[in-house]
Amino acid sequence: MPFIPHSEQDIEQMLSVIGADNIDDLFDEIPASLRCAELTQIPSGMNEMEVTRLLRERAAQDGLPLCFLGAGAYEHHIPAAVWEITTRGEFYSAYTPYQAEASQGTLQLLYEFQTMMASLVAMDVSNASLYDGASALAEAVLMAVRANRKSKSRKILMPSTVNPVYRKVTDAIVKNQDIELVDVPFDPITGQTDLNALAAFAGDDYAALVIPQPNFFGALDHVDEMTAWAVDNKMLSIAVVNPMAMALLKPPGEWADEGVDIVCGEGQPLGAPLASGGPYFGFMCCKQKHVRQMPGRIIGRTTDLDGKEGFTLTLQAREQHIRRSKATSNICTNQGLLVTAASIYMSLLGPEGLRKVGLNSHKNCQTLVQRLTRIEGVSQVFSGQTFHECVLKVDADAQQLINDLAEKHDILGGFNLSADYADLNNCILVCATETRTLDDIERFATTLDALLKQQG
Amino acid sequence: MSNTPDDRKYASSHEWALLEDDGTVRVGITDHAQEALGDLVFVELPEVGQSVGKGDECSVVESVKAASDIYSPVSGEIIAVNESLEDSPELVNEAPYDDGWLFVIQPVDVSELDEMLDTEAYQQSIDDE
Repeated sequence: MPFIPHSEQDIEQMLSVIGADNIDDLFDEIPASLRCAELTQIPSGMNEMEVTRLLRERAAQDGLPLCFLGAGAYEHHIPAAVWEITTRGEFYSAYTPYQAEASQGTLQLLYEFQTMMASLVAMDVSNASLYDGASALAEAVLMAVRANRKSKSRKILMPSTVNPVYRKVTDAIVKNQDIELVDVPFDPITGQTDLNALAAFAGDDYAALVIPQPNFFGALDHVDEMTAWAVDNKMLSIAVVNPMAMALLKPPGEWADEGVDIVCGEGQPLGAPLASGGPYFGFMCCKQKHVRQMPGRIIGRTTDLDGKEGFTLTLQAREQHIRRSKATSNICTNQGLLVTAASIYMSLLGPEGLRKVGLNSHKNCQTLVQRLTRIEGVSQVFSGQTFHECVLKVDADAQQLINDLAEKHDILGGFNLSADYADLNNCILVCATETRTLDDIERFATTLDALLKQQG
Repeated sequence: MSNTPDDRKYASSHEWALLEDDGTVRVGITDHAQEALGDLVFVELPEVGQSVGKGDECSVVESVKAASDIYSPVSGEIIAVNESLEDSPELVNEAPYDDGWLFVIQPVDVSELDEMLDTEAYQQSIDDE
């Protein structure tokens, strides 16, 4: 489809038909103080050649660092076939197409994706994806407030062990709808959500409890206890999970007696490169009984008039093109391309392959932690079981160490927790996936050892 | 030509309200409304015990092509909902004035019904649409 902008003549013709003098008149009802002035901070346009050169130069500045940084985005091996297939012309589209049913192949792929995600987390239904993990959690919170009809509350219990960025994004999205996120502290010994602190909220009216697995510290949280507690206290439960960990751990659909109500998370570990932070994709699954409150697109399988199998957008009455301002969400599309890559990634690896990636990541992180804590001035902070990340404390300025590792030795040494957690001064969240070798770990360890000796 | 029985009152938003012998008010949607919506696939009912004001949104009916809010025709408390609609929303299409009722309200002030349309006025309002 060619993209042909309006010509000056087109614009004048349209204005004369509706009787307006100029385009600004159309925005008359918006007070001048609210209108966007000239965008002085934005440089003038560049052509493709100039942009390509600029971005190449900037990308080169990143180098090829050895990565022990996770904190929400993870470096996994992506088989070459994943993006080779994803970028074929038949798949190469960012969104659910308009006239969706004309693109049966795209719809079938999204349907397969939903099936895989629902199976991975053991839930009844999945949508066709959301923008990213953080906004998926925000959507899950909005959904829970709508779906919990037993509660009038617009408050959500949000453990401080949920990724701080997710908490900030969620707050930014939900606060203008008068939804309040209430902090639940973590246990300073185990790094898990503090069940005693949670118990203090018993009997109070909250719409939902958020349950991270693994949590931001890499720790496996009290998922069964928390899910059961939410049921006892008439709250819905929202799991926010790393999909890669789901290949190893008990999935949220099986937590406690009946599983959680909603599952969401970041899909990046499933076939998307780190790529300086995006694009990634969010996912969301839920119990069948909540499906009408779920945001986003849902693809269904059906039969056509001739009895042939076909795929279609389903439950569209929830969506904004039909339900307008009362739609479940303003999300009427999905991250089609990333979902394509994830579907191909999961198909190539299969359940056993995913399990091995998860298991090797877990083992490598164990090895990393054992090696690093042999260094004088490095200690493990929490006692709880972890997946592929762990919190270490250093007897030094953590930020200075991380900067030195990156600038002088091309090593991404982890995420400094001090800024988000006042009690975790000089604590670093480190990660090892299946891509880290013993040599990588040794290089990190010896470099860290030397830097600590210099600093000390 | 849709059916509009004259034993009850109507809202221009296409709900009907029937005053029962025990003083409660049964609510549903009109034959005209179900016909316009098409085959219903889902009905979201209010909670029993919920208080509603006249004109409050308290239910949603969803067809394959649209979802519409249902407004309470009177103020009061929801004392019963038609649970058979959970599995059989098509009852609203098949029998909008009988088995397809939505909920029953214990009204605060029955005279609110007097402000609603009678059969003739409702019929006129849909003919004018």
